[in-house]
Amino acid sequence: MEDTFAHPELRTPENLVYKRTELLVDRPLSYCPGCGHGVVHRMLMEVVEEIGGRSKTIGISPVGCSVLAYDFLNVDMLGAAHGRAPALATAIKRLWPNRFVFTYQGDGDLAAIGTAETIHVCNRGENFTIIFINNGIYGMTGGQMAPTTLPGMRSSTSPYGRNTQIMGHPLKITELIARLPGTYYVTRQSVHTPAAVRKTKKALKKAFECQNLGKGISFVEVVSNCNSGWKMSPVQANKWMEENMFPFYPPGDIKVDGELVPVKETEKSEVVK
Amino acid sequence: MGELRLMKGNEAVAEAAIRAGCDGYFGYPITPQSEVLEYLMAEKPYETTGMVVLQAESELGAVNMLYGGAGTGKMVMTSSSSPGISLMQEGISYMAGAELPSLLVNIVRGGPGLGTIQPSQADYFQAVKGGGHGDYHMIVLAPASVQEMADFVKIGFDAAFRYRTPVMILSDGAIGQMMEKVVLPDPIPRRTEEEIIAQCPWAATGRLPGREHIIITSLCLDPAGQEKLNLRLQAKYREIEENEVRFEAIRCEDAEYLFIAFGLSARICQKATDIARANGVRVGLFRPVTLFPFPKKQLYELGQRVKGMLVVEMNAGQMIEDVRLSVGCHLPIEHYGRFGGIIPTPDEVVRILEQKIINR
Repeated sequence: MEDTFAHPELRTPENLVYKRTELLVDRPLSYCPGCGHGVVHRMLMEVVEEIGGRSKTIGISPVGCSVLAYDFLNVDMLGAAHGRAPALATAIKRLWPNRFVFTYQGDGDLAAIGTAETIHVCNRGENFTIIFINNGIYGMTGGQMAPTTLPGMRSSTSPYGRNTQIMGHPLKITELIARLPGTYYVTRQSVHTPAAVRKTKKALKKAFECQNLGKGISFVEVVSNCNSGWKMSPVQANKWMEENMFPFYPPGDIKVDGELVPVKETEKSEVVK
Repeated sequence: MGELRLMKGNEAVAEAAIRAGCDGYFGYPITPQSEVLEYLMAEKPYETTGMVVLQAESELGAVNMLYGGAGTGKMVMTSSSSPGISLMQEGISYMAGAELPSLLVNIVRGGPGLGTIQPSQADYFQAVKGGGHGDYHMIVLAPASVQEMADFVKIGFDAAFRYRTPVMILSDGAIGQMMEKVVLPDPIPRRTEEEIIAQCPWAATGRLPGREHIIITSLCLDPAGQEKLNLRLQAKYREIEENEVRFEAIRCEDAEYLFIAFGLSARICQKATDIARANGVRVGLFRPVTLFPFPKKQLYELGQRVKGMLVVEMNAGQMIEDVRLSVGCHLPIEHYGRFGGIIPTPDEVVRILEQKIINR
């Protein structure tokens, strides 16, 4: 690839403070500019590298925008059928208990078509990590209503806004699975600011470390934007996400070390709603 | 040599799986096959050979556990019965597309829909012609005894890994439930992780230093790439047709008329052959053991010598299509079928042979 950097003479070992992990394949991502997937991919692979999981990690990509995640994540990967990643991961972790196993799934994959698999792996207490990207919409198929689409939110299949009387309610699946005995660490994060990215990376690391404890599912939800599906610029989308998604899907830990984190009074009404 | 036991067909499958060095069984209860999972849970092979046994949340869950395990080079299997196998078709198609070895056992019951829990052979088309979406085949083995239920587990796994394809044992509720004596094979130890990594370089076992990362998928968005995959699959199916045909020809050498039947129907027709012979009619039985690959050549050759064939199936006429395609139209080939769990008697099929073929 042609080097377009204006000052190549500055590329010296002493100036190197941050670089792409070798566990990310060096190729352009298939995601829209401004999408959160690329950042999560990078944090995920940095974590795998840091925990020494390079040669003992097996990942499962979903059907959705991240269907091609296996093209970017430089670890052994399987592409699952829509919603079935947790079933694959169940078998893989049980058959290879000394491997790190993760699924990477969107909201349609995890909380609509794959709900049964999600609930049951969380209830059986399988020992792998689920990374759940929630942008409230079906991105790949062109912006249809998802199980997590907010009330009143427009999509191509709720063009006048989600009418909960007709279309049902958004599903807070993360709060739901946190209450199951087989989940050990459940958290909700985001990647829209540098501080949030750092917290997400920390959460991912904790999630992978939990796999060695044998105490159940570690689950990291990342609330993300879908600027293409939401028909906004990336900057607008992040602002809209903070103003609308966060009140309904508040970032923070939900279950730590097998114990539910008490809900703050200020957030209670939104969470219970 | 092996151990002699009196067992149900379903139990024989389960015991044979443990002895074949199977790494994982994933299943969901459904009549008339639940004894496979029950037997394994009672035997606890996870404490002896290390074989994983898991009751899944659904047949969808089970078949996708199979996909996951198979994608990592492990020797994995499931069993179910017709409605459950219908639910698994998506996963079977994915495994065929991703070229993954696995073993599925269908203890067929009558359909369509929830149907009945009694034995049937009505899933022939589903098993042999695809079942799921896309151009693919499974290797399909049709046992006719409890002994073969046990024997076909190892044969099935070997073929699955040789061709990297799902293999189905297509049995039925009678063979699954009935008890017969069976000689069990000597146990084979499960492969070690090192052996799996060495024997299955295509499997996603964790990216070792010095090799590219493995991607197990059935997705190829590029039409040229998808066509190439399909051509490779078709070449594999032709190779399977060349090398893996199994059949049984009983008293066919001097036969004027033939019963053509698989599985349980073949057991009935074997007795019917004896009855007809005692009546002075020279009848033989040809039993396809592999339904895919179908013994086309052998049937074609028999079609040059006999005067007529009666295809007996516990369905409305499914395998007869393949018999006619193999033999041609120059001699009478008729069908006799019973449905809904009704099993024909040997006398009944002899009478039908006389009516439809001999005295037509």
